[in-house]
Amino acid sequence: MKATAIRAGFLTSVQDLGRAGLREFGVSPGGALDPHALRVANLLVGNKEPAAGLEITFGGLRIRFADDRVIAWCGGDFEACIGSMRLASGHAALVQSGEDFSIESPAIGCRAWLAISGGIDVPVFLGSRATDLKAGFGGMNGRAIRDGEQLLLGENSERSKTLAETLRTGRIASWKPPHNWSNPAQPEPVLRFIRGSDADHCTAEAMRTFSRSGFFVSPDSDRMGVRLDGPRLERTSEKDLLSEAVAPGTVQVPPNGRPILLLNDCQTIGGYPKLAHVITFDLPIAAQLRPADTVRFSEVTLLEAHRVLCERERDLQQFRGGIEWHLK
Amino acid sequence: MQITPLGDCAVLIRVAENFDEAPEQALQKVIAAHRRLGAAKIPGVIELAPAYTTIALFYDPVRAIDGGAPAENVPDWLEHKIREALAGSDSRGADYVKNSVVEIPICYDPEFGFDLDEVAQHAELSPNEVIDLYAAGNYRVHCVGFIGGFPFLGGLPSKLATPRRETPRKEIPAGSVGIGGKQTGIYPVKSPGGWNIIGRTPLRLFDPQKNPPGLLRAGDQVRFRAISREEFERSVT
Repeated sequence: MKATAIRAGFLTSVQDLGRAGLREFGVSPGGALDPHALRVANLLVGNKEPAAGLEITFGGLRIRFADDRVIAWCGGDFEACIGSMRLASGHAALVQSGEDFSIESPAIGCRAWLAISGGIDVPVFLGSRATDLKAGFGGMNGRAIRDGEQLLLGENSERSKTLAETLRTGRIASWKPPHNWSNPAQPEPVLRFIRGSDADHCTAEAMRTFSRSGFFVSPDSDRMGVRLDGPRLERTSEKDLLSEAVAPGTVQVPPNGRPILLLNDCQTIGGYPKLAHVITFDLPIAAQLRPADTVRFSEVTLLEAHRVLCERERDLQQFRGGIEWHLK
Repeated sequence: MQITPLGDCAVLIRVAENFDEAPEQALQKVIAAHRRLGAAKIPGVIELAPAYTTIALFYDPVRAIDGGAPAENVPDWLEHKIREALAGSDSRGADYVKNSVVEIPICYDPEFGFDLDEVAQHAELSPNEVIDLYAAGNYRVHCVGFIGGFPFLGGLPSKLATPRRETPRKEIPAGSVGIGGKQTGIYPVKSPGGWNIIGRTPLRLFDPQKNPPGLLRAGDQVRFRAISREEFERSVT
C-alpha cells in the first residue's frame, strides 16, 4: 500500500540507519542524523529498528494514508497532528485509511523522524534504503521527496497489527519513551566532546576558546556538517594535513578558523586539523541545531563517552521489554 | 605505531610516517596492516578505512563489550587487540601482497582534456609528450574518498605535477582524469573540483547498484592506456 506526500515540506528524505562498511570506497555512512530517534520511533510502531522512515527538516510535511498504519515520531519541538488530533512526539498512534498526518515548523530544533508501521519500501542500495543526497542515490531516486509523490509502504508486522488493535479505541498510546529520547532538542545546548587527534595543530588558546565560548550555527549548515560562526580558532600552521579519516562528530578547523562539526553525510576523509570530537551520545542534539542557534562545548573523557552510550543502550533494551509488556 | 581516538567510536592507527619521502613503503605498510586487522576479526569492529599513512578502525563500544571487552575500559582493550593483530607486521617479506592491476583507458581529446594545454605549458612539454609521460607512470591507489569512488593515485612523474586551479570548477564531468599537485585521480561522478583535467575515461568508477560499488581500492596498481575518440564513444555504456 502507499502513502501520498500531499506536501513534501522543506526537506524530507527517506532514511534508515545508513550504510556501514563502505568508507574504503568513499561512501559515508549517512542515514538518520539521529539514529536513536529513528530506532525508538520504529520500536513504537512495531517495526524492526533499522526500518526506513522519513527524516523531516523544518516540517511542512502532510502525508495521506491509504490504509491503517501505526505511526510515531521523535525529534524537535514540532506541532504534529493526525487530522485535527494533536500527536505529541514519542506516542504511537493509529492512522486510518484516508487520514492525514501533518507536521509544522518547530519552536526548538529542526528535524524529526517519522516511523510508519511496515516501513518505507524503497529499493535497497548497498545494504540500505537511506537517501545519499550528496551522491544522489538511495531513498526516493537519490533526492528529497517532492509534493504529491507516493511512498510505497511495507507489510505491517504481526506486532504492528496487534498494536493497531490496542489503539483502535484510544487512537494514541498513553505510554512513551523518556522525554530526551522523543524530544532531544535543547535551547542553547552544551555538546560534550573528547579532545581531537590534531588538537596540537591548533593553538592552546584555540582549545580554551572552543570550550569557553558560545558559537552560532551558520545558515550554510546541512547534513554534511554544522558550520559555526564565533571567535576565530587559530591554527599553528596554515598548511593542511595529509588526508585521513574523519567521522560524524569530528570538529575540524579550516584555515579560516571557523570550526565545522561533521554530521553523517560528511566526506570520509579530510585534511583539516581535528580539534575535537563531539561524543556520539550528543550527536542527536547536534542534529537539532538550526541557523542562529547558540551552542557551547564541554570536554569529557573517552571513558565517560562510552559510559553514557552503553547506559543508553541498556535503557533501550529495557524499553524493548516494556513495549512487549504493553502488547500483552 | 600511534593509536589515537577519532571520537568515541573510532581510532586512527598511524602505521607509517614520512609519506612524502617514501609513499610506496607507506602504502605497503597500510595495506599489510589493513589485511591483518581485517583477519583479526576484533569483536565490535565495524569497518576499516585506509588512507595514505593511517587506517581508521570504526567500532561499536556496545558490541565490543558484548564480545568480551571490559565495560569499564574498552579503549585499552581495543588498543591491545590492535597491537596484537599488528605485532611483527614490519617484516616486509611476509606481508608483501600482490594487489590487482587495473587498466584504465583514457581519451585525451581536447574536448575532454580541457586543461591539457595548461599542464603541458607548466611542464614545458608538448601535449603529446604529456600524454606519453603520463602513460609511462606506475600508479597506485593511496586512498579512495572525497566522494564515492574517487581514487587518489601516487606515482605521477614529478615533471607533470601541476598546482590545483585557483578557482575550482563548479562542474567536472564524470570520468574526468585530473592532476592536483603531485597526485592524480579520476572524478567518478559529476562534481565540483579544482584539479587540472587532461582526459576522460569511459569506465564507470562508482556504481551504487554494485557491491563493492567502487572499481578501485587502496593498494591497487593502475595503468593508463590512451584511446581514440571512436574507441571512447564505443566503450561508453
